[in-house]
Amino acid sequence: MKYSANSVWVNKDEYDVVVVGAGHAGCEAALATARLGLKTIVFTVSVESIALMPCNPNIGGSSKGHIVREVDALGGEMGKVIDKTFIQSKMLNKSKGPAVHSLRAQADKNKYSNTMRQVLESQQNLEIKQAEVVNILVEDGKITGVQTYSGTIYHCKALILCTGTYLKARCIYGDVSNETGPNGLQAANHLTECLKDLGIKMYRFKTGTPARIDKRSIDFSKMEEQFGDEKIIPFSFTTNREDVQIDQASCWLTYTNEKTHDIIRRNLDRSPLFSGMIEGTGPRYCPSIEDKVVKFADKDRHQVFIEPEGLNTNEMYVGGMSSSLPEDVQYEMYRSVPGLENAKIVRNAYAIEYDCIDARQLHPTLEFKNIQGLYSAGQFNGSSGYEEAAGQGIVAGINAAMKILGKEQIILDRSQAYIGVLIDDLVTKESLEPYRMMTSRAEYRLLLRQDNADQRLTKIGHDVGLISDERYEKLVEKERIIAEEIERLEHTNVGTSQEVQQLLASCNSTLLTSGSTLADLIKRPEITYEILKPIDHARTYELSEEIMEQIDINIKYDGYIKRQMKQVEQFKKLENRRIPENIDYDKVPSLRIEAVQKLKQYRPISMGQASRISGVSPADISVLLVYLGY
Amino acid sequence: MGFKTDTIAAISTAMTNSGIGIVRISGDEAFEIIDKIYKGKKEKILSKQKSHTIHYGYIVDGEEIIDEVLVLLMKGPHSYTGEDTVEIDCHGGVFVTKKILETVLKYGARPAEPGEYTKRAFLNGRMDLSQAEAVIDVINSKNEYALKSSVNQLKGSVHKKIDEIRSEILHHTAFIETALDDPEHYDVDGYGEELETVVDKLLKKVQRLIDTADDGRIMKEGIQTVIVGKPNAGKSSLLNALIGEDRAIVTDIAGTTRDVLEENIQLQGISLNIMDTAGIRDTKDIVEKIGVDKAKSYAEEADLIIYVVDASVPLDDSDFEIINMIKNKKAVVLLNKTDLSTVINKKELKVWINKPTIEISAKHQTGIHELEDTLKEMFYHGEISFNDEVYITNARHKAALIDAYASLKKVKESIENQMPEDFFTIDLMDAYESLGSITGETIGEDLVNEIFSKFCMGK
Repeated sequence: MKYSANSVWVNKDEYDVVVVGAGHAGCEAALATARLGLKTIVFTVSVESIALMPCNPNIGGSSKGHIVREVDALGGEMGKVIDKTFIQSKMLNKSKGPAVHSLRAQADKNKYSNTMRQVLESQQNLEIKQAEVVNILVEDGKITGVQTYSGTIYHCKALILCTGTYLKARCIYGDVSNETGPNGLQAANHLTECLKDLGIKMYRFKTGTPARIDKRSIDFSKMEEQFGDEKIIPFSFTTNREDVQIDQASCWLTYTNEKTHDIIRRNLDRSPLFSGMIEGTGPRYCPSIEDKVVKFADKDRHQVFIEPEGLNTNEMYVGGMSSSLPEDVQYEMYRSVPGLENAKIVRNAYAIEYDCIDARQLHPTLEFKNIQGLYSAGQFNGSSGYEEAAGQGIVAGINAAMKILGKEQIILDRSQAYIGVLIDDLVTKESLEPYRMMTSRAEYRLLLRQDNADQRLTKIGHDVGLISDERYEKLVEKERIIAEEIERLEHTNVGTSQEVQQLLASCNSTLLTSGSTLADLIKRPEITYEILKPIDHARTYELSEEIMEQIDINIKYDGYIKRQMKQVEQFKKLENRRIPENIDYDKVPSLRIEAVQKLKQYRPISMGQASRISGVSPADISVLLVYLGY
Repeated sequence: MGFKTDTIAAISTAMTNSGIGIVRISGDEAFEIIDKIYKGKKEKILSKQKSHTIHYGYIVDGEEIIDEVLVLLMKGPHSYTGEDTVEIDCHGGVFVTKKILETVLKYGARPAEPGEYTKRAFLNGRMDLSQAEAVIDVINSKNEYALKSSVNQLKGSVHKKIDEIRSEILHHTAFIETALDDPEHYDVDGYGEELETVVDKLLKKVQRLIDTADDGRIMKEGIQTVIVGKPNAGKSSLLNALIGEDRAIVTDIAGTTRDVLEENIQLQGISLNIMDTAGIRDTKDIVEKIGVDKAKSYAEEADLIIYVVDASVPLDDSDFEIINMIKNKKAVVLLNKTDLSTVINKKELKVWINKPTIEISAKHQTGIHELEDTLKEMFYHGEISFNDEVYITNARHKAALIDAYASLKKVKESIENQMPEDFFTIDLMDAYESLGSITGETIGEDLVNEIFSKFCMGK
């Protein structure tokens, strides 16, 4: 039943944009629209839960770190806030290629939330309102406003839904089931009905989180200490490197064992996932410990990471052991792990179920195909993760603003950003579990590096108005220096002089038998731009670390990068062929029935997107190309 | 993939052993390619010649002369496709025409997609919009045909080998990718060494497939011929007679996906791919039902049917069922066991079925020459022909195998150059995709699914 309030009152304050939810998607969306000059109000069921991190205490990680940097390059906030609130930082995959280097920082959860809240509170054009939105008002297929639980109506021109895991949320462990959002926060129980009335197709997804354990009850001597990097690199391109060289907290590594697995196996029948109290399958990339034990029965142990939730709390996150087993089993299971023998559980592990949408109802702009001015982002769209949410949030915010301002909306494609891959996957492919970004999902990952996110996206951020002229000009200057320096290195020759050979020998590098350019020397795995300084006599200047890194990467991986750029050229050809919105697929001769149905359902915006829809064959694409005269 | 605007090539005449063969090249590099493989009387460079001229000379691959040809040059936009186009007219014959196409592909063209010439012609404005529908129909029907033939014609054993190679590639890629996505749980350091031995093995396997493709052993080439007839009509004797000592068995392929015996026979230069529905002989009691059903499905796809009638016994229900089944197909009727006392003759049979009919005795090998002559006549009159697509598909498959080989070679290079592990998977997946294009499979979510099913991700 759709909710109906006892009394109705229209709030006469005028808003351009309403954002529902102030999680990681909602914060970026609301900040973007407010910064673009639009009067914005963001609703949250609890002001204390703004930018809450209800699961893992970190930001970034493989491919997720890329997204944080992309958000930053577009003018978002996540990177800046984590740079101010992290307590440990690591560059993952440092021994691998630059495409898969990825930053991950442990956050002080409270500090992160509070800092983000302060950013929102001090943002011009932005208001925060604690209330549950229960109705969406639509006239003639266009958004006109929302109504809250108290009956108040707020009119707006665009609405961005970022309800996260709160819609009809239910937290479960053992036979205990609470109809609450994460951390016992109030669920949003009424909006789903309204969405269904609007013809929006909903899914029910679930995920889970491990227990939090009191630090004082942990014996760290039985665990391996995990340190952060010696030299810390910030997320945001605007953060000074010197400012983030802090004293870091440690994480700890321990392992499950056969005893743990026995306890789990013995109690499987009491798990709501196995007993059927929770239906369907959990996300495969983030299995609960009971899933791991069942699915990977041959593994005699699993890693367990003990991570601090902040500096001013005793709570420790037990990474790798999310669960929905009953409380008594949780105690027994955690206490079987070395170092946790006397563990005191502060918060139980639980699984959470929530409503979200089939994101194929969205354009790649994140606007609903059937309702103008309605946008959505984050877990509501079926993704998982703070970073994935933020990435969608800023895109939804920018596009809602562009729509109201009558400007062209942005679509990041798969060759431009991980955010582009994320959104394209969400709106084009059917997903039956929460979607997590992975580096293998990006076809052109050599181009989508975390180190060049600024070069990829700052211009877009500047064009829409979220990046200042000053920041943009700095980037242009950086790019100029990189290009000129590479050009110089490609044309600077060194001979087989004693000086050169000695330097090469000191790096265990093969000696030269004839002349070589400096660029060719940099192509050797053991040589870098910096190493060559003594024989590079024209270099009388110092370049920043970031610029030197770009020079090395561009020269070393030149061949691979060029190959991917060629592939991107091919890819863009189909991507740039737009499909008119009013196309009548029934009138396209010879299109197979399955393709007609799929194309009508998805209404792809480009030939490229059409080609990625399952059920649309290359022959169908040929037919369409001919029909549209491309 | 396959929406490139690069240079394409295809055989544009029917693949019969008669007349002339035409190989057509279209695209920006058409002239560049012909320059590399054409040898005229003097040092003639074709790209410097006038448009719409014909040149006599040879197609060569390095030192090797392939055929004496006429080359027709058409510069865009004044050509069928609107692009630079080169037509090579050769002496015809399946072997030579194929060889010329392969040479063209070797020097930079790629095999044309079904209907691609027509599509390009349309897109380059060589046809007006009113013709769009016709163009679409061409693309569609050709695609349907190609799709059917490319997977159907692929030998079961080749399909299996490709699947094996692909699953091995996928497994190693998934492991590396898992380690990249979850470096705290999986360690891929030093994996290059292990991978190199794997890649070496895979390179050998792919090379073997390429060699197979060269011999034409990857596809079921030839006229798909099915022998039908009721039990004891003499089908196997006929087959034995046909593959007797004086005739060469090119291949014998037991245990393909169809689970029937296939023999490739050369009859005076005509390649017949004969399928004997032998399995039905032993199942006497239900033979009428199952046998005919099975034969039906083969006959459906066959280019030619040889119907063997036992002249020593009267026609029965299963004969009539066969007659009904083949009446709209290309078929030859053999009246067998004419050495015995016969109860059916040619004239009587004509009442029921009007197809070329020959009296034979498979046992005494009489009438076999007449059969050969009849088949030859049908072939040269164009009544029966090869499945053209098979040759083109074969070329496409070979190109895909070569692509896969090149990608694997790049993986090896990356390993040797001590590139980080994440570089390996890029080319591994390219190889995976190329091989998939042969068996008609796309990547989709393969990698992500493999990662999740084989490896335990963290968090």
